[in-house]
Amino acid sequence: MFETYFPIVFLLLVSIAAGGGLYLLSKFLGRKSPESKYMDTPYECGVEPVGDTRERFPVKFYLIAILFIVFDIEVVFMYPWAVVYDRLALFGFIEMLVFIGILLIGYVYILRSGALKWD
Amino acid sequence: MDWITIVIIAVKVVVVFAVLLTGCAWMTWLERKLVARIQTRLGPMNAGFQGLLQPIADMIKLLLKEDISPKHVDKMIYALAPLAAFIPATLSIAVVPFGSSVELFGRHIDLVISNLNIGILYVLAVTSLGVYAIAMAGWSSNSKYSLLGGIRSAAQMISYEIGLGLSIVVVVLLSGTVNLVEMVNQQSSILQWNVFANPVAFLIYFICAVAETNRNPFDLPEAESELVAGYFTEYSSMKFGMFFVGEYANMITVGAIATTLFFGGWQGPFLPPVLWFVIKVAAFMVFYIWTRGTLPRFRYDQLMNFGWKVLLPVAVLNVLVTALIKLW
Amino acid sequence: MDDITESVNGQLISTDSGFDTQEFFVNMGPQHPSTHGVCRLLLTMDGEVVKACQPHIGYLHRAIEKISENRTYAQIIPLTDRFEYLMSMACNWVFCLGVEKIAQVEIPERAEHIRVIMVELNRIASHLVWLATFALDLGAITPFLYCLREREYIMDLFESTCGQRLLYNYIRVGGVSRDLPVGFEKKCREFLDYFTPLIDDYEDLLTNNPIFLSRTKNIGILPRELAINYGVSGPVLRGSGLKWDLRKDDTYGFYDKFDFDIPTGTVGDTWDRYIVRIREMREAVKIVRQALDGLPEGEFRAKIRPSFKPAVGECYTRIESARGEMGAYIISDGTAKPTRVKLRGSSYNHIMVLPEIVDGLKIADLVAIFASFDAIMPEVDR
Repeated sequence: MFETYFPIVFLLLVSIAAGGGLYLLSKFLGRKSPESKYMDTPYECGVEPVGDTRERFPVKFYLIAILFIVFDIEVVFMYPWAVVYDRLALFGFIEMLVFIGILLIGYVYILRSGALKWD
Repeated sequence: MDWITIVIIAVKVVVVFAVLLTGCAWMTWLERKLVARIQTRLGPMNAGFQGLLQPIADMIKLLLKEDISPKHVDKMIYALAPLAAFIPATLSIAVVPFGSSVELFGRHIDLVISNLNIGILYVLAVTSLGVYAIAMAGWSSNSKYSLLGGIRSAAQMISYEIGLGLSIVVVVLLSGTVNLVEMVNQQSSILQWNVFANPVAFLIYFICAVAETNRNPFDLPEAESELVAGYFTEYSSMKFGMFFVGEYANMITVGAIATTLFFGGWQGPFLPPVLWFVIKVAAFMVFYIWTRGTLPRFRYDQLMNFGWKVLLPVAVLNVLVTALIKLW
Repeated sequence: MDDITESVNGQLISTDSGFDTQEFFVNMGPQHPSTHGVCRLLLTMDGEVVKACQPHIGYLHRAIEKISENRTYAQIIPLTDRFEYLMSMACNWVFCLGVEKIAQVEIPERAEHIRVIMVELNRIASHLVWLATFALDLGAITPFLYCLREREYIMDLFESTCGQRLLYNYIRVGGVSRDLPVGFEKKCREFLDYFTPLIDDYEDLLTNNPIFLSRTKNIGILPRELAINYGVSGPVLRGSGLKWDLRKDDTYGFYDKFDFDIPTGTVGDTWDRYIVRIREMREAVKIVRQALDGLPEGEFRAKIRPSFKPAVGECYTRIESARGEMGAYIISDGTAKPTRVKLRGSSYNHIMVLPEIVDGLKIADLVAIFASFDAIMPEVDR
């Protein structure tokens, strides 16, 4: 346990240290210029931004996120099945057929309901 | 567990981390050089022989730049996003074996940072963390281009993660394990490479990998002709550099995992294993650069449609067909 | 809910699913990588989809027309260079054409041939820049360098002729400023032989590329009637299927003596506009070859005094530039300076037709369409 996970934790620490170190370096080495109104405005092609960005954003993007959860969990379920597939054999195959069949219904439903339409 | 083991682990980690970062740095050099050659240019020539010191010059330049954060940004998230891109990108290399083992000081040292028995799941988990960085950067920047780029990119990455996962399921089916070291050991000769056992899976993996790393022709998040620079429009100085390094680290990791899963990992005749590993990963990198020099970019809805309506069904079908063949 | 509706951002959009989202405004330009200069498009976006597009112009106004009123005719020609910097030869020509018409100057045959050679070479150069940026806007970075590489050859030819690479000031009233240099003909033929197969190269990279096709085919269809109503001209109009080319339909110079085709598109989508320009480059090569073949010996410029005064009169002349109809309206009161000069560029019409066809398209399509119109801003703002 320790021998497999310690290196990963150690790598994480090294990575954080490297990232933080670079941050600090750029903080000390970086150029500093006096406060400026124009430096502070977010980039919008050189003109004053119109409106705010913190507004409601089209729901399609969130639909994708929800669909992702459904299908990604499906994929994760497949991993243990794939590992022991040799032992499950025909039973495992039929089980997976049923599982995918159920998801297929959901997939057809989201296609029909237009969740993946973009215009 | 004695202190020598810990020292060995520490050395391994630091060396691999350093090699990865160096690889990222010179990957940028390679990209600039190769794309330049494709475009009948010379690329960087001034810093060192053939511009070999260019990455160092770039890093110094980035460090010396002013770190600008515009008004109304969410300071905390804005500062954390580059780190969130950088750290996961370097983590997933931990389970990739880059050689068999060496005898040193009478000790048996595996050339892998961690021989994790759930290696593939770890890789999937860590790589999917990258999407947080992009969503964080896009949202916190308070710029419309960043927001659009961030949301776009997040949707793209999660969409192609499904295909990525499904293509790896096929490899797990073929090898019956989720441990990367065992997978490599199973592909000892070129005929046993998984890429020949199931080329469709590799194709899906590769397409998804390109999309996951936001590279051409799927480089929509940073499509400069539409969104200026996408989610890192507002970033400057080393924060920008962090995203950059993260992206290249991701590319190297994806190439390393493809090598491990489909191309027999570090195994090969004549040359030392580590060299074989590097050669195979480098081949992937060259391919990445080649596509960048050749192809135009997809449009956003085309990309999503391709992911959900083509890749997903094909990947599921591929899993079933592979299972059926294995049943035989 | 109400206060959100009244906020500066756009309207609430109610979807069938019962979720309300909000339109938001994005300024695309003036400082944007793909507006090709300082055009500003105020976009109303619903996520990725462009709901409305409002062009704002005037960021590059230099008062060329007003300054012209205080300059002699010879002094105005370098100003017209700045009118459209990608095809300066055509700007020179259209202005000189007008002055020559008022002053009734006879142009030597050699000068007419040189003008055609220069303008057609300039047309190739302009289309190359267009192709370069168009491909770049679609995400293909390599054609950019290829196109500019060939453009360099044309620039070299121009430099050997008039000493300038961008703003030539070469075509003058009554002819051209100086004769072709020794060996120009040979170098020009070498370039044409070198360049013709390279057009195939560009086509290999783009024309049948599936990604390119999916980005351009049936995208941004500009119907013929709409194009005519908005006064659209040039390759954009021909892409919409109308065979209208001033070189043939309102001929000037020596164009009626040359044999060339006018390529047209069918549906008027982005791909049609692309292929029309590609074919136009081939036609331009053909014209330059014929002009070189028929290049007579003789004077390169009619004898006129430097401070000549044309008769009282006014006229509108127009020629086919790389972008479309380029016109000059000159009023002369008989002095050495014109009373009024009005220059017409086609880019203005191209930009103004944009809002009509982008509704409901993605932002990436907008970029592709804008690039395919090949509008450049100095021509709009003057």
